Amino acid sequence: MASYNESEFLICLASKLMEDGTTAFVGTGIPMLAAALAKRMHAPNLVPIFEFGGTGASLEKLPLGVGDSRTFHKAVAASGICDIMETACRGFVEYGFLGGAQIDPYGNLNTTVIGKYWPPKVRLPGSGGANDVASFCWKTIVIMRKHDTRSFVPRIDFLTTPGYLTGPGAREKAGLPPGAGPYRVVTNLALMDFEPASRRMRLIATHPGVRVEDVLKATGFELLVADKVTVNPEPTDKELRLLREEIDKDRYYI
Amino acid sequence: MNVIESGVGELFQPPDPDGFREWVHTRKNTRMVDKVMSEQDAVARFVADGDYLGTELYGTVRAPMSLVRETIRQGKKHLRVAGQGIHEIDLLLAADLVDTLDITYIAWEVYGISSCLRRAVESGRVRTADWSNGGITWRFKAAAMGVPFLPVRSMLGTDTLKYSAAKVIEDPFTGKPICLLPALFLDVGLIHVHKADKYGNCRVEGISGFVHEMSRASKKLIVSTEEIVSTDEIRKYPEQTVIPYYLVDAVVEAKYGSHPGEMCYRYWRDGEHLQSFLKDSADPAKTKVYLDKWVYGVKNHAEYVNLVGTDRLRQLESEIGGR
Repeated sequence: MASYNESEFLICLASKLMEDGTTAFVGTGIPMLAAALAKRMHAPNLVPIFEFGGTGASLEKLPLGVGDSRTFHKAVAASGICDIMETACRGFVEYGFLGGAQIDPYGNLNTTVIGKYWPPKVRLPGSGGANDVASFCWKTIVIMRKHDTRSFVPRIDFLTTPGYLTGPGAREKAGLPPGAGPYRVVTNLALMDFEPASRRMRLIATHPGVRVEDVLKATGFELLVADKVTVNPEPTDKELRLLREEIDKDRYYI
Repeated sequence: MNVIESGVGELFQPPDPDGFREWVHTRKNTRMVDKVMSEQDAVARFVADGDYLGTELYGTVRAPMSLVRETIRQGKKHLRVAGQGIHEIDLLLAADLVDTLDITYIAWEVYGISSCLRRAVESGRVRTADWSNGGITWRFKAAAMGVPFLPVRSMLGTDTLKYSAAKVIEDPFTGKPICLLPALFLDVGLIHVHKADKYGNCRVEGISGFVHEMSRASKKLIVSTEEIVSTDEIRKYPEQTVIPYYLVDAVVEAKYGSHPGEMCYRYWRDGEHLQSFLKDSADPAKTKVYLDKWVYGVKNHAEYVNLVGTDRLRQLESEIGGR
């Protein structure tokens, strides 16, 4: 087993969550690398969907943005943002892969501001397509590069993108399509799901060498713990080779 | 109809479908006339101080960079801007020409966040209202349909809605809450395309982004194009026309008009240039040096292209890859 860094681990784990033959909204960054890896490993028939119009790109080359030409290289369709978002709204997109600056126990995300709304202490990029993706995709998977008490907080400063909002039934009450919501959270320490009754985040697996108490300590809210916490698989040599030699040769991420 | 929630965000451009119709009736021309002009003339004639401005696609992808640089050179100020952008909005913010932003996402994707945005908004210089990417495009779509709003199932339950100017009502058909987005009619739209004829019939290749919606939501529309083609060529493949001539007020020939962004099937992004700007933009003084060199320091797009240099552009052409 070769040694690997945190980014590589995160990408490999996120990649394993991508299911062959499904449609998946792919955001900038780790989700792109994870999708590129998944297509070369277990999910050759994964259909990556990019918000500005690319459907089913080959991902032979790593896109650097959600609208660049690699998001529709050898794709099955190149349409536009309305078509893509409306397709998701009609229920055609299974997975949505997102990131955020802050996340709360219900999987709500903040990518807008730190501090008050205006003028803010820190102005972050904004929703982009994330709010739409999390509103419409059946299962949202959140990727957080740094699992710590600054980003895993009881209350986020601004609710940019909906998780389960305030708990069971809240999405439906707000008018969002039923049956959809956050599914997994992947971090540099662990893998979480959402406990069905409370819709609160729950630890289900840790990375090798990470203890349950390490994860709890790094989380700024009460994290539920599954009855059986498993250990996430390490990246294989093949995955690492693909990442380093093919997917991210220019080292944008790893 | 029962309004459940009203966003507290400022409506920087209230919807006015009848005003738009009136504009079309009195100011637009449905005759095919030659609209080819220089970027100086196009911006001088069709961009005014205080205008509400939109750009398409975004920052590093088929963006109307040459038109944005000309807008900055001419110092068009107090602009209100719709932003899902990167480099183009950063430049407008850095030049201090923007008063308000309907923002969806302004950052550098793979490269990081926007220092220009942070300075402009955190200092309180630029006022904002937030929307999602889908949300702002549906606002263009509403305008394109000539209606005052569109119902959508996005933004619900979030602060993105709360700090926008959207409303939530009880849908009279299903009884469920639904988000109403106000139509966004632009005073002026700037769009860069692959091919156009002299009348303004336009084609783009690859994804269409929001070219359909924004071109139809713009009172005034300036198109820049990599190449001017004959109308016979347009008429041979009419299904490829994404913008018909009557929407367009000016056609500007601008080969490499999206540089330092990419233009699919023509040239790849200039990563070195973009990353160097991003680095410089962390420092206001260095941002000014960038603007002095690449925007104010050249008279027009032709001089800009010379400054970038043929070797560099050839290199980017070789990097884009085919179909």
